[in-house]
Amino acid sequence: MSHSPSDPDVHHDPSIALHLEDLTVSYGERPALWDIDLDVPAGVMAGIIGPNGAGKSTLIKATLGLVPVSAGHIRLFGEPYGQQRRRVGYVPQRSSVDWEFPTTAVDVVTMGLYGQLSWWRWPGRGERDQALRALEQVGMEALADRQISELSGGQQQRVFIARALVQTPDILLLDEPMAGVDATTERQIIDLLRRLRDEGRTVIVVHHDLQTVQRYFDWLVFLNVRIIAAGALETVYTANNLRRAYGGQVALLDEAQNRPNAPSDA
Amino acid sequence: MLSFLTDYTLQNVMIGAALIGIISGVLGCFAVLRRQSLLGDTLSHAALPGVCLGFLWAGSRSMESLMAGALLSGAVATVMMLTLTRRTRLKMDAALAVTLSLGFALGVVLLTFIQNRGGAAQAGLDSFLFGQAAATVRGDLYPMAVIVLIGLSLVVVFWKPLKLMTFDPEFAAVSGLPVRLLELFLTGMIALAVVVGLQMVGVILMTAMVIAPGAAARQWSGSLLGMLLLAAFFGATAGITGGVISALAPGLSTGPVIVLVASAIALLSLLFAPQRGLIPSRWRRRHKRSHTSSDRILLTVYELAREHGDWSYRVEQGAVDAYYGMVTEPLLQALAQRDLLKAADHMPDEGPHWQLTETGCEYAAARSRDQSRARRLRQVGRPA
Repeated sequence: MSHSPSDPDVHHDPSIALHLEDLTVSYGERPALWDIDLDVPAGVMAGIIGPNGAGKSTLIKATLGLVPVSAGHIRLFGEPYGQQRRRVGYVPQRSSVDWEFPTTAVDVVTMGLYGQLSWWRWPGRGERDQALRALEQVGMEALADRQISELSGGQQQRVFIARALVQTPDILLLDEPMAGVDATTERQIIDLLRRLRDEGRTVIVVHHDLQTVQRYFDWLVFLNVRIIAAGALETVYTANNLRRAYGGQVALLDEAQNRPNAPSDA
Repeated sequence: MLSFLTDYTLQNVMIGAALIGIISGVLGCFAVLRRQSLLGDTLSHAALPGVCLGFLWAGSRSMESLMAGALLSGAVATVMMLTLTRRTRLKMDAALAVTLSLGFALGVVLLTFIQNRGGAAQAGLDSFLFGQAAATVRGDLYPMAVIVLIGLSLVVVFWKPLKLMTFDPEFAAVSGLPVRLLELFLTGMIALAVVVGLQMVGVILMTAMVIAPGAAARQWSGSLLGMLLLAAFFGATAGITGGVISALAPGLSTGPVIVLVASAIALLSLLFAPQRGLIPSRWRRRHKRSHTSSDRILLTVYELAREHGDWSYRVEQGAVDAYYGMVTEPLLQALAQRDLLKAADHMPDEGPHWQLTETGCEYAAARSRDQSRARRLRQVGRPA
């Protein structure tokens, strides 16, 4: 189903989880994202990959309305973000907050529910139980009442994921969730995300590590200010696309290509 | 003592100082947590021109007109500061500093102008620099109480948005909160707190009343609510103590005394708070020693020596400290007394080193064999 820009109807195909059309975002003199057209179908586990400065985080932030959009529009399940807020879970980079804030793990997760509470209601027993269940999903229930400053990097990351999960979102956007976590935590996170995908949710991950792309994702977006390629892993994970996305960063490419099952130019 | 509590002026001072302490303590917590400690300083300095304008407009030292003027110039400063950070490349600290000095310069020029005009009424105006609690009359307390009540109710009503925005503004925005509006709102409320305290504490030191109670309270509390309540208590304590001391000692400005008390509370909290205080955590690090057996440390030295393929390998004390996260010297000394380790020198720019003695090496090797046998047994014993 395609829509021309002149389409007066703001609604789009609801089976497309994330739809970006003619999207351009600029922070100053040069565009961070240029003329992006992208359709991510519902129910996939998608990786957004590309070099530093490719606009990966910007793409997520634009989707959530956190950065102003210069041109184009964005739809989540066919509707603008403002109407789909409750269906979207966001896991920002861990470094984006001050972990010295006086609060506990379960309290941070409860904050994920504030948007659903009417503004005069303070969170109570029910909200705490929901938050505890979300912490259980990420294997953190034992540390629920721990101060967040006392958690390890991987544990903090899982608290952030639980804060997104507590809203039971249909689409989950994660900004480099594997940054600075150990191998065990990385495996736990990826298992959890797969489980969510298998439940029918859409998972979109900004990812940095080319080594693991093939194992983790079933859908890929190659990004370098423009969309280089996007589609199912087996159709777009080619040496040619890697080279086009990463340009001169040959060392990275070699690493990725020297792996078994490396993509070929075929 | 009782007559002291019923003294009319003292009552005014105590009530007023408590009000100031409560409101600036509570709102200051948000400034402390948002790392905008300079915000209170900027807003109070920027309030001075407003105080002067309020005086010029009313022609007298009426509390209402001075407060209105202070609020107005505080609002102008807020807008200027937020505009500078959003529209230009200036970072928050630079924007705060620019606004602070501009506001204060303007204030001092106006103050001088008023003083040169002569007349008796303006005599008290320069007490706004360092504060004068004894000048507080019952009538001054009512506008203060109203502002404090409004401020506290707003914190209660907007509790969730304020908390969310203070912890994670980006997530707050994603949840649909109008973050910029809230930011303006919070800054405005801190300006309110500052205005309430101006006459008693003075523009120059008012910032300490915004920062010190919150910083002290953070040391004791692991929740935002607890931190706010404690900050209110600390603020009120500092206000009352300082206000009373200065009111009893003629000629002593109130601001500096209140700030000294508040700073003392903050300092004691930084040093002695059970979880985060400097001294308890130092003490815990030392205490951990008694739970770490010296044999484990010997084995660590042994493992390092084995990895380097040199039984006389010299291990730096700092490395052992880092590995165990505590001061290990007494344990190392004990091992040396048992003749298992000996002190050694290495590079002159490094700390003390230790190496295994021959007996130490044999002892550690035996212990290491015991441990790996125990480990093997555990693994064999585990059901498949």
